[in-house]
Amino acid sequence: MDYHFQWRPVLHSLPDMLWGALVTIEIAGLAMLLGTIFAVFLALGKRSGEKYLAWPADVWIETARNTPALFQIYMLYFGLGSVGLQFSSYAALLLGITFNNAGYLAETFRGGFSAVPETQTRAARSLGMGAAQTMWHIVIPQMLRAVFHAMTNQMVWSILMSSLGIIVGLTTDLTGVTQKLNVVTYRTFEYFFVAACLYYIISKTFTLSARIVAWRLFRY
Amino acid sequence: MYFGGSFSWGDFEFLLYGAATTIAITLVSILIGTCLGVLFGLIRSGSPWWISNSLGAVLDVFRSVPLLIQLVLFNSFNSMFKLNWPTFAVGCICLGVYASAFCTEIVRSGVGAVPQTTRRAARSLGLSWLQELTSITLPIATRVVFPSWIGLTLGVMKDTALVLWIGIVELLRSSQIVTSRVQEPLLILFITGLIYFLMSFPIARLGNQLEKKWGMQ
Repeated sequence: MDYHFQWRPVLHSLPDMLWGALVTIEIAGLAMLLGTIFAVFLALGKRSGEKYLAWPADVWIETARNTPALFQIYMLYFGLGSVGLQFSSYAALLLGITFNNAGYLAETFRGGFSAVPETQTRAARSLGMGAAQTMWHIVIPQMLRAVFHAMTNQMVWSILMSSLGIIVGLTTDLTGVTQKLNVVTYRTFEYFFVAACLYYIISKTFTLSARIVAWRLFRY
Repeated sequence: MYFGGSFSWGDFEFLLYGAATTIAITLVSILIGTCLGVLFGLIRSGSPWWISNSLGAVLDVFRSVPLLIQLVLFNSFNSMFKLNWPTFAVGCICLGVYASAFCTEIVRSGVGAVPQTTRRAARSLGLSWLQELTSITLPIATRVVFPSWIGLTLGVMKDTALVLWIGIVELLRSSQIVTSRVQEPLLILFITGLIYFLMSFPIARLGNQLEKKWGMQ
């Protein structure tokens, strides 16, 4: 092998990459938050049994789960772009991951809702709580406990999926910054190796802190 | 003068050809992933904790780094060491190793689901370690984890879309090529999505049904 590694330029641009990592966390976190909100409604819609609610929810969930995430981002960026709905690459990536997260989380939540006994709802209602109050104070907290682990996994997926922004031309997140530096220097291996390390650190830090949070919150 | 074409049968054939490439990559990588996964899974479930845990930590790296970055790294590896492997092989090996990290955990949970007493009984009836593995543990474990394995295969199928970044023309990339000719992104992406959906949805349904059916017993 006559390849000479050069790590110095990578070290020099490490601050830029760290800023990129912040953008990555921001996108992944926002997509997760929005995805969770949509997913609760999708899961409730599918459980409601109303045809007009269940059918759109079904289309959303099955599309999100049965097509590649990259395809979903393409659809938002190129597909809707052609009919006049122009998204920036940041917005397309964020909405794409949100769409995907919501689809996967909805199925998780559906399982979570079934894990909360029907008697809990009836008890809350007979104590005089309204439907929304029961949902918010009784059902959702218990449901979240049941799906916490699955949500942690989904957040890691969200972080990893945010690397797809580069394919629709995003240059501010970790992968985008790395690719920008790579195009200038042609030190592909060095830059992407450091990016891989940063992604590893981000996902492991998140997984570990989630484990600590779960331990603090969910022990009886 | 009017140069714009419209979506023709030839374009659709081109998309189908891309879909065939997607399926080919999926099959090769899931084959690699399953072979490695069974091997690693057996090592993880039947070796001292320090071997099992260190293998687990190594495989965990593949699940904690974006696949796109793994592809780029492996591709640059290919040119750095002047291996001159075709991009198709690079894509398949990378996806295969990625799949093996998930398959290892699937195999491990399957082996864990076989009661220890069953395995001991088999051994005390005179079966050798290999016989016990092939005629007791693996058949029971396969039944338990087959639905998750289907899920993994479909996941890999969806992840093959990423290999367009290293220059393989699979379904999503061929949709882009057709788009640049026909200039109707929404229509073509819709057809592309439909092809993906038709490749994934029936198998996903089958997996769910098997899971329900086998979970009952």
